[in-house]
Formats: sequence, C-alpha cells, structure tokens
Amino acid sequence: MNALVDTRTTDAKRLIPGATGDWELIIGLEVHAQVTSQSKLFSGSSTQFGAEPNANVSLVDAAMPGMLPVINQECVAQAVRTGLGLKAKINKKSVFDRKNYFYPDLPQGYQISQFQQPIVGEGTVHISVGPDKKGNFEEVEVGIERLHLEQDAGKSMHDQHPTMSYVDLNRSGVALMEIVSKPDMRSSDEAKAYVTKLRQIVRYLGTCDGNMDEGSMRADVNVSVRRPGEGFGTRCEIKNVNSIRFMGQAIEYEARRQIAILEDGGSIDQETRLFDPVKGETRSMRSKEEAHDYRYFPDPDLLPLEFDDAYIEALKADLPELPDEKRLRFLESGLSAYDANVLISEKAIADYFEKVAEGREAKQAANWVINDLLGALNKAGQGIEETPVTPQQLGTILDLIKEGTISGKIAKELFEIVFNEGGDPAKIVEERGMKQVTDTGAIEAAVDEIIAANPEKVEQVKEKPALAGWFVGQVMKSTGGKANPQAVQQLVKSKLGVE
Amino acid sequence: MTDLTALTIAEAREKLRAKEISAVELTDSYIAAIDAANGALNAYVALTPEKAREMAKASDAKYATGNAGALEGIPLGIKDLFGTMDVHTQAASHILDGFKPKYESTVTQNLWDDGAVMLGKLNMDEFAMGSSNETSYYGPTKNPWRAKDSNVDLVPGGSSGGSAAAVAAHICAGATATDTGGSIRQPAAFTGTVGIKPTYGRCSRWGVAAFASSLDQAGPITRDVRDAAIMLKSMASVDAKDTTSVDLPVPDYEAALGGSVKGMKIGIPAEYRMDGMDPEIVALWEQGIAWLKDAGAEIVDISLPNTKYALPAYYIVAPAEASSNLARYDGVKYGLRVPGKDITDMYEQTRAAGFGAEVKRRIMIGTYVLSAGYYDAYYLKAQKVRTLIKRDFENVFADGVDAILTPATPSAAFGIGDQDMKADPVKMYLNDVFTVTVNMAGLPGIAVPAGLSSTGLPLGLQLIGKPFDEETLFKTAGVIEQAAGKFTADKWW
Repeated sequence: MNALVDTRTTDAKRLIPGATGDWELIIGLEVHAQVTSQSKLFSGSSTQFGAEPNANVSLVDAAMPGMLPVINQECVAQAVRTGLGLKAKINKKSVFDRKNYFYPDLPQGYQISQFQQPIVGEGTVHISVGPDKKGNFEEVEVGIERLHLEQDAGKSMHDQHPTMSYVDLNRSGVALMEIVSKPDMRSSDEAKAYVTKLRQIVRYLGTCDGNMDEGSMRADVNVSVRRPGEGFGTRCEIKNVNSIRFMGQAIEYEARRQIAILEDGGSIDQETRLFDPVKGETRSMRSKEEAHDYRYFPDPDLLPLEFDDAYIEALKADLPELPDEKRLRFLESGLSAYDANVLISEKAIADYFEKVAEGREAKQAANWVINDLLGALNKAGQGIEETPVTPQQLGTILDLIKEGTISGKIAKELFEIVFNEGGDPAKIVEERGMKQVTDTGAIEAAVDEIIAANPEKVEQVKEKPALAGWFVGQVMKSTGGKANPQAVQQLVKSKLGVE
Repeated sequence: MTDLTALTIAEAREKLRAKEISAVELTDSYIAAIDAANGALNAYVALTPEKAREMAKASDAKYATGNAGALEGIPLGIKDLFGTMDVHTQAASHILDGFKPKYESTVTQNLWDDGAVMLGKLNMDEFAMGSSNETSYYGPTKNPWRAKDSNVDLVPGGSSGGSAAAVAAHICAGATATDTGGSIRQPAAFTGTVGIKPTYGRCSRWGVAAFASSLDQAGPITRDVRDAAIMLKSMASVDAKDTTSVDLPVPDYEAALGGSVKGMKIGIPAEYRMDGMDPEIVALWEQGIAWLKDAGAEIVDISLPNTKYALPAYYIVAPAEASSNLARYDGVKYGLRVPGKDITDMYEQTRAAGFGAEVKRRIMIGTYVLSAGYYDAYYLKAQKVRTLIKRDFENVFADGVDAILTPATPSAAFGIGDQDMKADPVKMYLNDVFTVTVNMAGLPGIAVPAGLSSTGLPLGLQLIGKPFDEETLFKTAGVIEQAAGKFTADKWW
C-alpha cells in the first residue's frame, strides 16, 4: 500500500474552530459498490435483490467441501469499465487473495478479495462542492488509491428466533468493487459530493445501480483531525454507512468527538466505529488490538487475473459519455454551471434533456426540464424514470411556443394538462382553443375596449409610462391569455402614445 | 468359479468384453471379499453394495447392447475425500459427521461415465493429513502386508492408505486416491501397488475436499502399471469448474506401455542420496538403475540443488493453505455442530471436537505462518523456495533428461502406533522426503513396486516426469515392473 500523501493545501475557510484553536478534518473513503451483473463473482447464482432467503445460493456460495470459485468475466469487465471511468490505471495482471476470518454469514471462512495486486490502481475523481453563499462552486480533485474486486458476505438475521440466528446467503459471493480514495477530503460536504459523484459515475457506466437503500453502495469512512500544518492524526473508521446524509452526520459527529478528546488533552485510539442513525452518534465497535489478523494470501484456487491492452481498449471504446464530459459539452452549448450540474446529476435526466434540446434552443429546453418537469416530478414525489411527460411531448410544447401558436403562459397550462392527463400537446391546444390570438384586429378591439373603460389610467400613463404594463395585463386577461403578448404590447404602446 | 477378485482391471475388462463374466458377478465377488476382509483391514469407511449392484446391472446392459465404456463394470473403491452424490463423504473426519453431498466430484463422475462401479468409500488420514492412515477418525487401516514370520500390524501409508490397502488386498479392482505431498506414492510403495500422481491440473479438483489447493492432485492406485494407465485416462479431464485444470487432450496412456526406453535419459539426483539412508533402499535404487540401463536407457547423474529445502517449505505451504481451506468446517452449515454459549464458543467446541490432533496441528502451523509479521519470513519465503525447486527440475529437463528415478520412500512400511513417530511428528513428515518435491513443482510422479525388503515387505521406486508427460512415466515404470515382477500380499485376514 502506498504511503499517505497530503495533496491539499490547508484552507482557513474549511477549518473547524475548537476551544483551543482551529482543527482540520481529514477524510478518506472506502466505498463498496455492488457490481451490476446477472450472476455472482465466482458462481452462477443470481444476484437478484429481494429474493426469498437462501434462494440464490449455489454449492460454491454455501462453501460445500471441494467447491471451487470460477471468475465471472462480466464482473471483471465491469471493474475495468469503472476503473476507466475513474481515469485510473488498469492493472493487466491482478491477484485474488483470501481474507481469512470466521463469521456465520461467511461460509468459506474467508472472503475472496484482492490485497496487494488490485485490478485497478490510482485514479482521479473531480468533485464540485457548493454552491456557497455567493452561488459559486469549488472544484476539488479527489485521488483514487485503488479499486479491487471482492465477494460480499451473506446476512445474519438475529430477529427470527428466540435463541438462534438465521443466515441468508443470497448476497454471499455477490461481486463488490471496493473503491478506496486517498485521504483527500477536508469536509463532510466534500465527502458527500465525492460519494454523490462516484454514484453518478457508476450509474452512467451501468456498473453499479448505486442504490444505497438496497445496500448496493455503502461506505466505510476514515476520519481524523489535526492542527493545520501538522501531519495526519490517528484515524477512526466508521463502518457501513449506507446513506449520504448519514455519512455527513457521522463525519460531523466524529470530528466533534475527536476534537473534544484532543482538546481535553486525550489521544485518539485507532479503532473501528459504528454510526447509529437513530442517536446520530458513532460508537466503538472494536479497537486496534481486537482487529482481525486476516492472514491474506493468494487464493490457490484461482490463477492470477490477466488480460491485454486490446481487452481494455475494446471496453474503453464502448464506454458511454461520462458526467464530466457531458457537463463540459452542456456548458459549451450555453448552459449555466447550475443548469449543467442539475442536468448531469442523473444520466436519465441528461438523456431526457438531450432529447428535448435536440434541434431546439438549449437554454429554453434546460429551463423547462429543470423548472417545470423536475419541479412537477418532485412535487409528485416521482423520479425521472416515472415521468408522465415524454421528451417528445415537452419538445412539442416548446415548438408550439416557438411557432407562436401558444404563449409562454398558456404553455405552462398546457404542460400541466399533459403532465396530469397525457395526450398530444398540439391536439390539446387545438381542441381546447388555447391557440394564441395573433389576429391584430381582434387584439386591437380588446385594447380599445380596455382604454375606453379606463380613462383615468390613460391619464396616469402619460405621467408614468411604465403603467402601460397594466393595460397589457388587462388585455391578456380579457383574451384569456391567448393574445400574442408582443402584439398586445405593441398596440397598447402605440395607442397610448408611450415609447 | 475362479476368484474374480484376482483379476486386474485389464484382465477383468477382457473377460467382461468377451462376456465370460458379468459385471454383477464381478461386483458380487468384490462385495463378498470386502465382507470377509474389511473387519480386519478397516479399508472401507462406508460400503455401497446396493449401489454397486445397480451400477453393475447397468454395465451388463451396456455390454449387452455394445455401449460399454472404458471402465464398464469395473468395481472401484473411492477415497473418502471425493464428493460422491448422496453417499458418505467425510474426508475420514468427525467434523463432517453425516455429510452426504448433493454433487459428484468431476473425477468420480468421469469414472461413472466410463462405466465404473462404486463399491464404497475408502479410509484415509483425516483430510489427507498423514503418512500412516492413523489420523483417520475411523481408526487406522491395516496394511495387507506383514513382515515375514510376524503378526505385527503395519500401516499402509497415507494419506491414501485405505485405497492402497484395498487394492493390495484385492477388495477393489482399483481405487481413486489423492496426493498432496506423497499421499498416493508412499502408500503405493508400502503396499506393493502402483500409484501415479499426475501433473497438477491434469485431474479436476472439483468436488474433492481440499487439503492444500496448489498441491492437491487426484490419481489412481492400482495393481499394476497398465491398470493405472487405464484409470488415469478416465479420471483426467479439463473442467470448467476448476480453473486450475488444464485444457490438454488426455492421451491414451495404455498405448505408451511396452514402448522402449532405449536412448532415454534417466536422471539420478545426487541430493536424494541422503545421509544415513537405509542400505536396502540404496540397493533397490541401484537395482532400478541397472534395470533401466539394461533396457537401453542412458543413466545420467543430475543435481537438484534445492531438494533439501522442499520438505520444510512444503510444511509451510501445505498447512497455510489447509488452515484456510478447513475454515469452512465451522458447524454452521453442515457436518458436526457442538452447541456453545455463543457463536465463538460454538466454533471452538465444534472444531475442538471435530478435528483430530494432526489436523489441528497443521491448522495451527498454517495460521501461524500466515500471520502478520510472519508471512514474509515463512509463507513468502516458502513460495520462493518452491520457485527454485521448480527451476531445478526445469533445468534438468532442459538438459535433455526424460525422467528422474528416485526411491519412493525412505523405508518399508512401519508398525501401527510407531512410538518414534508418535513422539516426533517431524519423523512422520520425513516419509514424504522423496515425494514432496514433485508436488511443489507440480510434476507427475509414479511409484512402482521394485522388490521386497529383507523382511519381505514391498519397496517402491519413484519416477518423476516432465509436465503432462505421464506417458513416459507409464512406459518407464512398465519396464521396471517387467523386471521386478508383481507382488501380492499373503492373505492373513
């Protein structure tokens, strides 16, 4: 393992004030991401989530005598894809090791993992932290130490029987990627942004579904504090944090705990801790002295994993566009950083946006997707996958605006109808008489009517030309919003004699 | 009726093909012989007579329709280490109490596919750890051989002691065995039988309880070289379920028999001539050299300089892998469970009661050598030694040597309960001194009977070959067999 290197410059704005001075927070993460694959890392059992206990268990998963692991090539490909997504070094030769320890949900008595020679080496993840009060984002580079493949364990269930524990081996042997960061993060916000970004990358790649509530992604968080300018302090590892929010809470709690101990003249014990989301605190799980000696050694049942450059190149050629590249492309098409960030946050949103924006104005499409579509979905508690408005429908609405068939205001109503009831937007406009009135004669009549009915306002306009807007509003109201706003404005101004 | 159990596999095969005998007759003869002998020899730990008769019947049907396989109707004994569907599979250990797998090992499946008949499961040292068959939970197997004018019970060697004894006592036509450090060749030498450990990767390890995965290899123990060739042909295969198995065609080993060794280079390694070596063993070796010379082989002195490190390195690598391989026997999933007050207590009680002393010793050694702070000094160093041992052989073979001749064991069979070996486990480990190098290098090695000791006990020679050149071993062993003759124990049971 490489020595820890401090890659960051201490920044006063990130320091945590203590009673005796400022502290700097150091965070490194080990993220376990379940590989998206049909079958397990070394057996043919299904990886399907939510099956009956022990339904997805083969002889290999149950560690029957004489059973042997056979590597699942798809899991290897997924790990390489992920490594490429992390801009990391792909190791053409890697080795599977056994990590030995006893646990009822670990049938072999060892976990097959990669210790000294992982499949993926050093890489980089760019995170965007913010926005701050001024609306700015800070770009931070987080180093990846390594990514390795390993088996997941099963699950012990202690609530099924008064005196016994049950074991469910469905997860036993499922492929995990352990993605280890360098200790490059300096705040819980950075850690949260890092996991969010990691999840975004694996989802784009299709190598992990990133569902933290199903346990497809979870993090071990290493936290230490130090005085600015000093070397790294003693760290504690918080195990198995399964939501980004909890991770933030765990880090904040752990930082305060460590600072309090140090400020009291104490010292930090290197240990493994658990986060209790109910109490919002971490507590000791085992000390360094109690730490397992895992007796790693190369698994003699498996040959070293080897592949060539052509294999890597072929996988590289098939990689989808990654969030960073997409973001850059969106910025170049004239979107704001905010819009780009929102749109790339999920691949499905970006894909949706791109369909709407195709052949249309990017900024307008972005506004509609972000404000109207995502707003409505959010209100309905739905995700982009469940959207009742297709990109084609939203595109049609935008086209109707552009053609001048409907006004922007009517378009909002139209969107609501399509969202709630569905249907072809053009037809709805036709059937419900929502077309914009561009006939100047009809608009002129409406303008004249309003002017005639409000002589005192006409007088006031002469003093205060901005009042012309009131007339425009009245005309729009009287025409049910269907009058072309530009035409109304022009007529009102000319008839009132204001510029 | 002549005693059908006296027939070799090849002889029985001819009679079955000629329909002179039926598979059921042959099987019944063996079942009767087992009934008469097993009480005394303790070679079988589980018998499957009904299954055997059923399989024999099916074989007779195959002969009737002309669909007979290569081993059709041949009754075999199976070492208890091999997983056999719904049949006792306990690696002769208490910890696998009552275990009957729902799968069939690839090697035994290959044998059944070729028509072989299963007589039962054979005794062995617990988890194949031992050189005398005394570590078995079921008690020691007795060697069918006794010294002249002696009633002292001798060990059949180990770990495949049950296999070797059963073959020597004619209570199976042939037997499967496994060899991690000499577990096929040493018992074969102790019982006047032939045993071959093929090249690592030649036979699938799938379904065979693991001792030391990087060293374990299955092979046959038989009455003569031809039978070994016949059996290995059926046992060997590449297997998608064992990625360490090798995808090379399995040759017709029998066809190699009878070939000339004229002009072949036979290496005689200086390092195998050890201080204080039994003069009888030295004489046997000289005899073997003379036979091969007479047959036209060129005898060359060779050096395998790292030989002396092989045994110590083996006793680091093998226990290290074993300590991990045996972790799965924890009382949670199958086999023995001794209840405890919590999970750790249950583990401790179960493993304390379930494993015998030798297995525990090796788990302890293995755990120690893999521990943080010791790994580099022991395991890593042993692996480096292993590379050097392998290179020794590669150099010799690169110089044109076709096979290497050595003694198979440092002595003839010793007594059950030998006090010297009981007092010092290392003495027992020295039984493997000529055989472990072969496992460390992944090479094929065959033990072939070459004569009797002054007390009338069988002694064997070992031939070591190039990777996947089992054919040369069969051919050369055949020449020794031809010269030495075959040896059968006098029946005392």
